[in-house]
Amino acid sequence: MEEKTMTADTPNRVSRRNFIKGVIASGAVVSSAGYLWRSSALFGQQPSAPGSVERLITLNVNGQDRRVDVLKQETLATTLRYKLGLTGTKLGCDRSECGACTVLVDDVPRYSCSVLTHTVRGKKIVTVEGLAAADGTLHPVQQGVIDEQGFQCAFCMSGFLMATVGYLKTNPNPTRAELAHGISGNLCRCQDYDKILTAMMRGAENLRKA
Amino acid sequence: MAVIHDVMPAFELFQPASISDALTLLNRHGSNAWVMAGGLDSFDWLKDRIKRPSVVIDLSQVQALRGIKEQNGGLEIGAATTLTEVARHLVVRDKFRLLMEAAELVASPQIRHQGTIGGNVSQDTRCWYYRSGWTCYRAGGNICYADTPTAINREHAILDADRCVAVNPSDTAPALVALDAQMVIRSARGERIVNAEDYFIGPAVDITRMTVLAPGELLTAIRIPSTWAGAQFYFEKVRDRNVWDFPLLNVASAIKYSGQTIERIHLVINAAAARPLRLHAVEAAVVGKPRNEQTADLAGRIAVQGAQPLRHNGYKIPLMRNVVKRAIRGGGGGTWTS
Repeated sequence: MEEKTMTADTPNRVSRRNFIKGVIASGAVVSSAGYLWRSSALFGQQPSAPGSVERLITLNVNGQDRRVDVLKQETLATTLRYKLGLTGTKLGCDRSECGACTVLVDDVPRYSCSVLTHTVRGKKIVTVEGLAAADGTLHPVQQGVIDEQGFQCAFCMSGFLMATVGYLKTNPNPTRAELAHGISGNLCRCQDYDKILTAMMRGAENLRKA
Repeated sequence: MAVIHDVMPAFELFQPASISDALTLLNRHGSNAWVMAGGLDSFDWLKDRIKRPSVVIDLSQVQALRGIKEQNGGLEIGAATTLTEVARHLVVRDKFRLLMEAAELVASPQIRHQGTIGGNVSQDTRCWYYRSGWTCYRAGGNICYADTPTAINREHAILDADRCVAVNPSDTAPALVALDAQMVIRSARGERIVNAEDYFIGPAVDITRMTVLAPGELLTAIRIPSTWAGAQFYFEKVRDRNVWDFPLLNVASAIKYSGQTIERIHLVINAAAARPLRLHAVEAAVVGKPRNEQTADLAGRIAVQGAQPLRHNGYKIPLMRNVVKRAIRGGGGGTWTS
């Protein structure tokens, strides 16, 4: 599993992030999976009822088809972060109240903490890792963040990026107030909203020029 | 309440593709089954381990529950149509703007993209004593924790409380009641149609339920008749933050004029009681009167008659008087559209 990292700041050493990703990819967590995620009491006596669900599914994430074993009660954020190693999607509140986990599902921004993974089979999922081009060129909205230095701690950034990219698909040329409303489902604990909006407006401008 | 940052307890998941399959599953699993549409109300219950269903029936794959059809000059909205789809629908915008404004004011953009209109009207109350798992009346116990001398009850009811003082938190519900909508309910026994006004029930009728939906029943569609198409509408939602928050109060009115006077009116307030309340006394008092400050004043005064504040929600009485006044007078706030 080759992940494209946007900031290769520790090229010669194993960073904590890459170590964790490696563990996830190599399946070293399998032995503890039983403790972390108990399987359903009904599992194993799966009835041939209408609408019964297979655990092994294919998810289309960032343009790739990924086979993954998904528990019935698993949220998309959990699958992305802990099964597919896509840790760019952040978990803030886990309650649809902060927006840090926002990803695109068929181009629509959704809180991945509050989506059952099994409900998005067959849909196109895009996370922050899927924004940049294959050669590493940043997405115009990402470039807008760099141009304007839009964030402070940036924990909320990937959520804001996905919400903005999703909103711009429905309204590519928003006013500042329209964009503020369009991405109002995301919180920034640093209260950096003014600069974030400036960065996202620049991103929208970059996108129109691109 | 501790927020638990891990996955939900295990449940068996079913994803039926048709309404009849969903009803079969509902019948088979009875009270063990939890019906999930957008899931936004469900996940709080499940993640907090307050409700522990062994079976979840997810309606996201039932295409027949989605979409908006024009019907006899009105609309039939599938119960699993998202709030964004409702708010953006051209006929909703054109003829039933009241519903568009209500749907547009729900929660946040991401929640509107996923939350359904059927779920929005059928959601449970937000009373945190109840949602934190206290064994109150609504949870089958014999006390109301929100109505004690030390209770924190700023968001609770000022009207029609009966032991339980929880309120209905829906924004689209009052709009649908004002528009004379009808709820289409299916079960294994067949179909029944319930007027929106009768769909919601207070604690005096059943203290553990918010709607007439019984176990084994599914809300499949909401019909809006042509009755109020193109009427003068007013919707206002008052809340602490402009995003996410449930209403402290909301008001919906639909008015038809004959010349300068009010010929017909429906006026509905929500988050004041356990169900959206049509203010029949106000409606009767203002019919035949001109739309002016005096009529609005009269409406506001009648609206709050009989209101009983709890320790921390006395502000809701002048607030209700004022939103009712504005609902009659009209004008005022702009509406965001996305």
